[in-house]
Amino acid sequence: MVVVVLGAPGTILRSVWYEEERLLRVAQQMPCREVQAGMLLSLMGQPQQYSYPSIFIYGHRASGKSHVMHVLLKELELPHATVSCVECVSVALLFEQVLLSFFGCDAASLLPRSPSLSDFVRIYRQQCSQSPAKQTRYIVMEKAELLRDTDANLLPALLRLQELVEDNVTIILLSEIVWDKFRPNTGCFEPLLLHFPDYSKGELQQILSQDRHPSYTAEFYSSYINILLGVFYSVCRDLRELRHLAALNFSKFCEPLAEGKVKETDTHKLWRNIEPHLKKAMQTVYLREVSSLQWEQMQQMEEKESGALRGLSAHTHVELPYYSKFLLIAAYLASYNPARTDKRFFLKHHGKIKKTNFLKKNEKTSNHLLGPKPFPLDRLLAIFYSVVDNRVAPTASIFSQISSLVTLQLLTQVSHDDQLDAPKYKCAVSMDFICAISRTVNFDIVKYLYDFL
Amino acid sequence: EDHFTNGCEGADNSEIRFKLCQDLWHKIRADTEVLQDELNRKILDSLLDFTRKCSSTRQHSDWASQMRASEIPTAALVLGVNVPDHDMTFQSLSELLQQSVTPHVASVQAKECGALKHLMKRVLERLMDTVVTVDDEEEEETEQTSTQLHKSVHCSLSTLCDWYNAKTMKSKTGTPGKKRSSPVRDDPQQPPVVIIFKDLEAFNPKVLQDFILICSRYVERLPLMFIFGIATSPSTIQHMLPHSVSSLLCIELFQSLSCTQHLATVIDKLILTPQFPFKLNGKVMQVLMSIFLYHDFSVRNFIKGVQLALLEHFHSQPLSVLCCKKKEALLNVMQLSHHDLESIRHLLSFRRYVEKQEPQEQLNLFRDDTHLKEVCQKLIKDLRKYHKNYYPVLRCLHTLTSSLPRYPLGKQVRELHLICLEKNVWENEDYQTAMKLLKMLAKDELIASLQRCVEILQPVKSKKMKKALVELEELLAKFKQLDINSSWANITLAPRSHLSPPESQTLNEVCYYSSSATVRRHLNATPRTSIQAALSSPYYYLQNESLKTEDGTVSNAAPDICIAYKLHLECGRLINLYDWLEAYATVVSAAEGNNPDSDNVRKVEEVKHARFIQAVSELEFLGFIKSTKQKTDHVARLTWGGC
Repeated sequence: MVVVVLGAPGTILRSVWYEEERLLRVAQQMPCREVQAGMLLSLMGQPQQYSYPSIFIYGHRASGKSHVMHVLLKELELPHATVSCVECVSVALLFEQVLLSFFGCDAASLLPRSPSLSDFVRIYRQQCSQSPAKQTRYIVMEKAELLRDTDANLLPALLRLQELVEDNVTIILLSEIVWDKFRPNTGCFEPLLLHFPDYSKGELQQILSQDRHPSYTAEFYSSYINILLGVFYSVCRDLRELRHLAALNFSKFCEPLAEGKVKETDTHKLWRNIEPHLKKAMQTVYLREVSSLQWEQMQQMEEKESGALRGLSAHTHVELPYYSKFLLIAAYLASYNPARTDKRFFLKHHGKIKKTNFLKKNEKTSNHLLGPKPFPLDRLLAIFYSVVDNRVAPTASIFSQISSLVTLQLLTQVSHDDQLDAPKYKCAVSMDFICAISRTVNFDIVKYLYDFL
Repeated sequence: EDHFTNGCEGADNSEIRFKLCQDLWHKIRADTEVLQDELNRKILDSLLDFTRKCSSTRQHSDWASQMRASEIPTAALVLGVNVPDHDMTFQSLSELLQQSVTPHVASVQAKECGALKHLMKRVLERLMDTVVTVDDEEEEETEQTSTQLHKSVHCSLSTLCDWYNAKTMKSKTGTPGKKRSSPVRDDPQQPPVVIIFKDLEAFNPKVLQDFILICSRYVERLPLMFIFGIATSPSTIQHMLPHSVSSLLCIELFQSLSCTQHLATVIDKLILTPQFPFKLNGKVMQVLMSIFLYHDFSVRNFIKGVQLALLEHFHSQPLSVLCCKKKEALLNVMQLSHHDLESIRHLLSFRRYVEKQEPQEQLNLFRDDTHLKEVCQKLIKDLRKYHKNYYPVLRCLHTLTSSLPRYPLGKQVRELHLICLEKNVWENEDYQTAMKLLKMLAKDELIASLQRCVEILQPVKSKKMKKALVELEELLAKFKQLDINSSWANITLAPRSHLSPPESQTLNEVCYYSSSATVRRHLNATPRTSIQAALSSPYYYLQNESLKTEDGTVSNAAPDICIAYKLHLECGRLINLYDWLEAYATVVSAAEGNNPDSDNVRKVEEVKHARFIQAVSELEFLGFIKSTKQKTDHVARLTWGGC
């Protein structure tokens, strides 16, 4: 099947300007992306021709966007600059990288401190007048969705950079988000849109089968991939993840083979051997509960021993000082009880007030479904002093415990940091967590929660 | 030292005391440091192993590791909720790493990395700076890079990458003599670059995610490694990082000793030992323990508390010259002045001792200084013996009772210690129940715990303990022969002679620090109370004679804010500003003591008005009042009480 597609590259990667041989090599490196690559090639046109100013490519994670661009530009030896937008903490970095890869470090060093867009354009023009483009220059921007958070003028300017610098340059934006989410409301130049669809199951099989283990046959590895996909395809279609999983579990798959129990062709037995193992992998290593290193060690261990290894999320127990626990409980109560009901819970002689008296129309829903509500510091302390059983002096360490709970992310400060007067907090822990905490201090929190009255 | 001598009780021997105090503190500190190093060693060692393993697997280029998505090896280090205590652990961790694994270690804190830019900058700075301190020969080169870095302002990981390559290339081609600085390094070509995130929880998740994303792009060229310091629980990683990011990490978990265990060891080695002459009495111990358990879980603070007590003891107790090693103490006794001996005679425990003596002896003790000195020597020896016996017996009792159901005498040794410090333990109700329970214990269990007692008593070198040991062994033999009832008296009697509270010992004041109120005041700051104290009785802080007054009143000469505060206490929830001003003006003009003629009044009024406004705004700043919208010319009180 693989051979058929690769055998006729000319039919798909039809491009008269490049040698057949090169195109074949390109096609080999990107299985199942021939259509998109062909489209790109025809968009690019002849190297010396002006190309379309900006192209926008979108598709999910690991759908081969960067890979295709990289292979195309590299194999066809086109001048290009590849920039990842995550890395560009400032625009300066972006400009520098572009100038560096087109004109060398001399040009990059011409950029002033904290350059503006016009600085960049000026230097670009100046440089390209010295060395005008013989071929189209390409700027590939990965993770382009981050451009939306930069200066408002950056994205529109990049889209028509060709006009601005009067050079044969094309911007290619790679993103996981559709273009509609990008469009600035002031309007801008519309780039050409190109979609990279997800790989289908067959395509995944084909791609994964390509990186076979050198000491096993291709058929054997391909049958392994088949089994792997059978288990994981329903939960994961990310090529990278699948490849990772394939590498991790392959040694287990080969185990009966190495012991001489099974022949390579006996797929059913192999499947029986590996299937429960893969299921387990889905619950642990795929969710990164267990790191891949630990997973490999577990494979070497006996079955029963490996049960001892607990995942990351199994450790939820947190040890806290005594008063911190009560502060957290008080914060939880303040977050999930309406302030009106404090009187009922914490006053000694509140009389008999039924829940129905409290109910307002819009409060039919559980407070726990609505999530924590902010509360002022005063209320927290008032509840704290009424839930804690002995007298506590309002010392500095009580207050510092509140702020340390904030740094531990068990409370979150809602008001701004600068607001010293009456800060507001939210409780950020779950019901289970607070129940476990209150059990350790013998406090029946459910009795104090409005939702469970 | 000057501070110590200034205002010190009994200044003549303050220098000796200061020296003693210093020596003792240095010894305590050194011991605790050794102890903490030991406690941390296990986890640090496994961490070091992890880093070594990671850096070595990186070089293997077999099929599986090629295929695998490039993960960044990450160690999640769970350290418990007291974040300030972690600093020391990280300090020693990074030192160890630099010594044995890699010179490239950078640790970052959340508060210095608000944005990705800053995080990046810090990491680069630290990495390139550490080189300067580690290798002197490299200094020129790094300076160059740092100036370059400075010039190009923005820093990216690719800069780091280039720097790293240059560095490793250089060490590859470098003369072998250069390498001797790090002979332990497994492979000098590719030492990993370790980045330590000290407080993971406090980092902005977005920043962290972006940083990890960037790093994962470079992980093939740059052998990066992360260490996350986690205070709460490892599941925070999953809360902070989405799957797409955490899938780039290969996380391994390292759990450190819980802080209560940590404290238990520290107490065991520091407090429950006759090695240090300085002791804390029950109340002080209680204060320190409650600060630890109720407030901060910080072992460091506990040791600081001990330090404070130590300092206070030597500062305030002139007889603390005797609180030192046996020989020195005996020497110091001989050098005591008449004044010191007088203060010995005033000691509560000494008077109790005297009352028990014959009348003639009593007279001698009061009159004859040399005789007193001899007696003191004897008493100090007794005190030392008492301590020597006390701790082993305490431990024995603990091994016997700690396995009993519902722990009548506490789970930890420290709880038992506290009980013993307070009063005669055998009078305690819990002690009786414990003994009853002990009688009901199965035979083999009892024998096992008695066996452990024997083991505890064995190394102790004192006559009484030797005797007790022999008795215990006999007892054990009897038990083995099923002869239980006859020997009960022995077990129950043993503690009586040794576990009496220290207050009953003569001259205990020399070693025991007892002012729990001072410790509490110093360690448990109460800002509200001190502000109120300052406002209601300014003399307490200002020490100005003219401010001295009887209880509850404020002198007219007090600072404006005190007068305003005093007046506002007499008001209800809402305060009329004009009335307040009137009252204030009256008080102040009374203070000036003149009744100036009418045209002068207006002028003075203006100054007073200004002073009043200042006082009121200061009170508002301190949070006692706030403006209200209920009535226009009123302010609302925020505190209760007063009039």
